[in-house]
Amino acid sequence: MSEYNWFHMAQSQAPAALSLRLEEVIIGGLALSVLVMAALLFFLAVALRKKIISAGPLYGTGQEGAGERLREHVGKMSSFQIGELLKYRLAPFKPRLMAVVLITGLTGIFCCNGANAQTPVKSDGSSLLGEGGIIITLILVLLPVLTGLILLFFRIRKIMVRQNEQLLSEEAGSLAAYLGSLKPEDVAALERRKAALDYALTHRELSGNEPAEDTRGLLTVNSAPGLPIVAVKKKALPRPHIDPALSRLVITYLACATGWLLFGTSVGEYVGIKFVAPDIDQASWLSFGRLRPVHTNSVFWGWASLGMLGLGYYIVPRVSNVGLASIRWGWYALCLINASVAIGTICLMAGINNGGGEYREYVWPVMLLFAVGLGLTLVNFLKTIAARKTREIYISNWYMVSAIIFTIVIALVAYIPYWQNGLGETIVQGYYMHQGVGMWFMLFPLGIVYYFLPQQLNKPIYSYSLGILAFWTQILFYTLIGTHHFVFSAIPWWLQTVAIVGSAGMVIPVVAGTTNFLMTFKGAWHKVQDSYTLPFFLVGIVFYFTGSLQGTAEAFRFTNLLWHFTDFTVAHSHLTMYGIICFFLWAAIYAVVPRLTGREAPQITVGAHFWLALIGLMFYSVPLMYGGTLKGLMWMEGKPFIENVSAMMPYWLWRAIGGSLMWLSHIFFAYNMYRMIVARPAPDVRELAIRKLAERVPAEQEKA
Amino acid sequence: MKIFDDHRYLFGSATALFVGLTMLVAIMPAIHNQENNRPLPGAEELSPEAGRGKAAFVANGCVACHTQQVRNVDMDRQWGSRPGVAADYAGIRRTDFWRNTATLMGTERTGPDLTDIGNRQPSADWNLVHLFNPRIVVKESVMPAYPWLFTLKDEPAESDVVVNLPEEYLKGRKGKVVAGREALDLVAYLQSLKQVPLPDGSEAPSFLYARQKNEVQKDGEAPGGPDGKALYVANCQACHQENGEGLPGAFPPLKGSAIVTGDDLQLYVDIIMNGFDARPEYAAMAPVGTNLGWTADEVAAVINYERSSWGNSAPEVTAEEVKEVMKFIDQKIAQP
Repeated sequence: MSEYNWFHMAQSQAPAALSLRLEEVIIGGLALSVLVMAALLFFLAVALRKKIISAGPLYGTGQEGAGERLREHVGKMSSFQIGELLKYRLAPFKPRLMAVVLITGLTGIFCCNGANAQTPVKSDGSSLLGEGGIIITLILVLLPVLTGLILLFFRIRKIMVRQNEQLLSEEAGSLAAYLGSLKPEDVAALERRKAALDYALTHRELSGNEPAEDTRGLLTVNSAPGLPIVAVKKKALPRPHIDPALSRLVITYLACATGWLLFGTSVGEYVGIKFVAPDIDQASWLSFGRLRPVHTNSVFWGWASLGMLGLGYYIVPRVSNVGLASIRWGWYALCLINASVAIGTICLMAGINNGGGEYREYVWPVMLLFAVGLGLTLVNFLKTIAARKTREIYISNWYMVSAIIFTIVIALVAYIPYWQNGLGETIVQGYYMHQGVGMWFMLFPLGIVYYFLPQQLNKPIYSYSLGILAFWTQILFYTLIGTHHFVFSAIPWWLQTVAIVGSAGMVIPVVAGTTNFLMTFKGAWHKVQDSYTLPFFLVGIVFYFTGSLQGTAEAFRFTNLLWHFTDFTVAHSHLTMYGIICFFLWAAIYAVVPRLTGREAPQITVGAHFWLALIGLMFYSVPLMYGGTLKGLMWMEGKPFIENVSAMMPYWLWRAIGGSLMWLSHIFFAYNMYRMIVARPAPDVRELAIRKLAERVPAEQEKA
Repeated sequence: MKIFDDHRYLFGSATALFVGLTMLVAIMPAIHNQENNRPLPGAEELSPEAGRGKAAFVANGCVACHTQQVRNVDMDRQWGSRPGVAADYAGIRRTDFWRNTATLMGTERTGPDLTDIGNRQPSADWNLVHLFNPRIVVKESVMPAYPWLFTLKDEPAESDVVVNLPEEYLKGRKGKVVAGREALDLVAYLQSLKQVPLPDGSEAPSFLYARQKNEVQKDGEAPGGPDGKALYVANCQACHQENGEGLPGAFPPLKGSAIVTGDDLQLYVDIIMNGFDARPEYAAMAPVGTNLGWTADEVAAVINYERSSWGNSAPEVTAEEVKEVMKFIDQKIAQP
């Protein structure tokens, strides 16, 4: 082992970088505390105003209005109050004054606290405000002032409340006197009023007097549910008749995908750690440059692709209302894709790769296995759709089948081994990698969402036409944007401009898609809290909107200047590939697997998976975006290169922490898959009892 | 629409739209660019060693962190003397039947751009030490170490390239570190990476988004003068180190150096501008100043920084003095 390890690096690097950013942290903290103070003052003002307004009528009324107000009180009395009143009606009544006036203290408190309340922020020279020491001092001064303000608020509030009580007590005294002087006819009216107020239905008007019986088996009474640790969500509905052979195929796809997710993100986690501990190992097969593509390719082609295809094998026959054309071909495709990723991983670690284009690192014979797998799937899906029993082709199939066709086109363009010299390679690389993302990893999961979201919400998709608009505009604009990864490079300027314009055009399909999904939720938002799949969909939809529009923003020329080549792009790709694709896939997997196996994952581990993944993603991406921006600014200022490496160190550490949380969430996911697929459910006591009875009865009959 | 109820029409039309757009934005521009660009007249083919070195560069995934493109924006000026043009990449062809073209332009700049690294850091010794473990020479570096490109020998042969390293990096093992062939090839490739000048008379594209010159000067800096420390950090520190002590057996110290603190300004300026290779115990120094096109102002700033740091306290020089010396050296080179 080398003498550099994680801690060593973290210790030797972080302080320098931290001190560099200390100023910003302090300025941020200062701004935050000022904001909090402003908010508190605002709250104080609003609360005081409310108090004064509510107290107004009590202060402002004269003697002539008093009688009317007392009569109003009597009119508003409840049945119980009337009953009580009638009980005490003839007893002698002595009004008592209980409250003590405390108002004298008020002015005094205002005076002595007022002296402290002056904000000590002076208009120093701006250069001074930038100094760390002065900022720390200001914060230290502000903290007690802030505390004083909070205390002041509560004291004032207390005084106001007491004052109010005092006034109410006086009012009650005069009301009591008035009630004591009521005439007999008033009392008779009150008795009638009480009878009217006491009137109630018998609650048997509709049901009659027969005992209730559930003759149709609609009700299940769950008595004594116990103390719930997690919120109880609805169980998956059992679905009749799913071909067991198809069910096995789909489950195997999803299980393989889970395996690649675990492998790929373990590699990713390790690669992330290497940023803070570069000498953690020095083996050639594990060096950063070789492992990075292992991570990206195995989560792309292993996890996400197999997950998508597995769900596709479930959806396509279902929405076509026929069986899958060939289950055997489905197995062939699964084997080919698994082989492609496994061989590709070994090749990359052994140093055999295609030349360094992102996501194009597998050499073409390896990628050919994947493409053949896709080809088999395409034919299978098309045959199924051709034999469909519905007239229309459901929109899910538009997206998913097109995604497969386009991906085969993309792979052919990028991998035919006879061209792409010089800049041709770069132009095709931009096209390939972005179409891979947009036409495969985006189009296909959108198809999945168009099936599972309405299913889980139990209502149709909001607008079929919006889905179709998004479909065509996605093809029109997304195809153009590949070269925005090479803005300002030597590729033709017009092509760069086309890519930027296309990126802006992506607003249309993204807004159309997001609107469609969110409007489908309309009127069914309450279902989110009952479901453990819908939160995954919701997160996916939110990132679909923000992540995609972030991509548009990144494509502009100025933002390219600032963010290109920095860790910002890494954050962006995780926000999208993870925030959108993974969350959609998880949502659909949690929706479909219980239907196939009849077993559900424990809700507590589903919850752990969800929250760890979401929080981990935030810890991962926000520091990288912030650090990436700082890096870009430092480059623009012409700082020596090595300075930004040191400056990134704390953000890389955060990234490793966030990555660890994400990785942990995948362990939970894998466990949930195990529980849904493999684990035997606890035996049903009632079923067991009946079985035992069935065994015993014939035996007893034999004896007899 | 009815035609979309027929899967052949639906998927046929979607595919036609996608393939058509693919032709327009990918296939046709790619073919046009590969057919209509030729390498620059000054460009050289990679030597066999450099060719093998490039293969090692590709195999180890160096492109994950190192770009090879100078964009036409001002912030990329430090990576080359001009923005990259299509001709720079025109000589790069398909690697072989199995592997694609490797222009290695890259999309991440976690490490420095390497377009012109052959000019910026030509020293084989520095590159070898750096490959063995980057943190020997750049302690903040997060680049992987490549010790498997080297072997440990007790008695190196005459022809072996021995790499001098600080003892601690041998982790207690005895012997001399000898550069393996792959390491030497890799260094040969890095040394071959030089921006080729455009032919006379052709105008390079300009750098866009030029930074506004900051009118307000920092304290203690002569108005308009370059920052000697920043220049040192960016261009000298990799070898001579932050503490000015160099690296024993590889790079000489500047702290207490006779040349830095002595009177021979001509030799000092000559070394900065044109490099130095007179001492066998140290690696050769590149013509840093000439490569970067330093003016007398910048040379004076670096000299003054070196003369006043790490306990050095030699008298400062003015840009005018340096200018005179530079003129004299140029004349000497012109008439040998």
